[in-house]
Amino acid sequence: MSYAREELLAVAIARLIGDARHVAVGAASPIPAMAVFLLQQKNRGMPRVSLLQKRSGNPFTEGSRELFDLAGQGRIDVFFLGGAQIDGEANINLVEAEGKRFPGSFGSAFMYFAAKKTILFREEHSPRVLVKKVDFVSAPGWSPPEVQRRGGPAALLTGKALFAWQKDARRFRLESVHPDSSAQDVRANTGFEYDAPASVPQTAPPTSAELALIRGPVARVIAENYPGFAKRVWRG
Amino acid sequence: MNLPANQTRHLAGPDALAREIPDGASIGLPPDYSPVAMAVVRALVRRGAKDLKLIGVPVLGLCADILIGAGCVREVETSAVTLGEAGLAPRFTEAAEKGAIKVIDATCPMIHTGLQATEKGVPFMPLRGVLGADLVKHHPDWKTIDNPYAKGDPILLAKAIVPDVALFHARWADEAGNVWVGRRRELATIAHASKACYVSYEELKPGDMLDEELLAPGCIGSVYVTAVAPAPRGAWPLGVPGAYGIDDAHLMHYARLAKTAAGFRQYLDEFVFKTVAA
Repeated sequence: MSYAREELLAVAIARLIGDARHVAVGAASPIPAMAVFLLQQKNRGMPRVSLLQKRSGNPFTEGSRELFDLAGQGRIDVFFLGGAQIDGEANINLVEAEGKRFPGSFGSAFMYFAAKKTILFREEHSPRVLVKKVDFVSAPGWSPPEVQRRGGPAALLTGKALFAWQKDARRFRLESVHPDSSAQDVRANTGFEYDAPASVPQTAPPTSAELALIRGPVARVIAENYPGFAKRVWRG
Repeated sequence: MNLPANQTRHLAGPDALAREIPDGASIGLPPDYSPVAMAVVRALVRRGAKDLKLIGVPVLGLCADILIGAGCVREVETSAVTLGEAGLAPRFTEAAEKGAIKVIDATCPMIHTGLQATEKGVPFMPLRGVLGADLVKHHPDWKTIDNPYAKGDPILLAKAIVPDVALFHARWADEAGNVWVGRRRELATIAHASKACYVSYEELKPGDMLDEELLAPGCIGSVYVTAVAPAPRGAWPLGVPGAYGIDDAHLMHYARLAKTAAGFRQYLDEFVFKTVAA
């Protein structure tokens, strides 16, 4: 069965979210949103999702600080972060690299600590993005033992592969490569060192039941919230 | 630090508000998804405002890009500057890359926490997380201390942030000088923490909204509000929740034009200078 790359990535994210109760999704994150809506279809409305920076679709009545207060209390299980650069120690950079200015760190330096689990997600998989050491640490991937930290990275998903974060070793481990890539392709396009099994499995594609849900009820919700994206993936 | 108890003044329009904001002022501004006083921002450009410091609460968008492009800004403290779906903020990006403005990078909850300290009249407030980010090294006002209630527990402090000016747009003002912002409570945080607060509004309501139980919780009381002025569709091309949405096509048009200095001048000529002063 044929499927779009976005559908494969959404299914991979859904597996990473697992049985979380509350997932927060940023304004420009249609693929993580697809993953959460898919889980809601499978699990009778669970997990709760908060769409950030939207007028509705979130529980906030106290303005833009409420997300952070809520996260600081431990009420957010899964959050997503990306980066202009992501390095082998799971540090992310949203500020500047090689003289180029990016928008800025947003809430990353707080959310990376406060959410129980962060999924790093960046579609571009290249040595330019996945670097040995970031030029600027917007949010650190790990903290020394004396620094209180509830959560941190769980995994890094790209357009080519899925890496698991190994907290004690402070290194990524290659979990699977997507069907249109290979272990050699991933090695050649990753600027940092990581662990890998002798034989790397393929990322499991969406099942036909998952695709039916994605293209039915999930696509309808996505089209309401991310119209441009929906048009591109499903041609209206 | 003493902040004023205001008797709100009612002014004629956006240009009258812009005249109240002095060169060199630090201005607390909301993000693009909250009502931004865009008509006043255009008036600031028309009056040739200089040396402003913009504080993003917690991030900035179109208003910052226009003020930076027009040469009104010396410094920006923010957690990000972005045009959202329309991409990078081009005038901010170029000014930051060329070093034409000073940028102090923050992270959203540290800005909120600094303003909340001012709301309470205390000099600082702690926040978890953030330690180990390069933001801490570069920020002049953040300090790490040991939690005095526990051993070996470093925690970050946000110094109280006191903007000279709060500037935003509201759905309603009333004759008593209250303004209604609904659930956009970051606007209340900015108003509470600032030395002066200027608000443009869509419509004027007669009487006093604080007498109405359903409206009062969405209000910022006049004690915080220095002056208000009417500006129908004053957030355009951004939106006012419940009244009108963001003009996405205009934002895309801006993002395309503002990629070059010449295109940006063309935008100003068409949409900022051509407007008849209120």
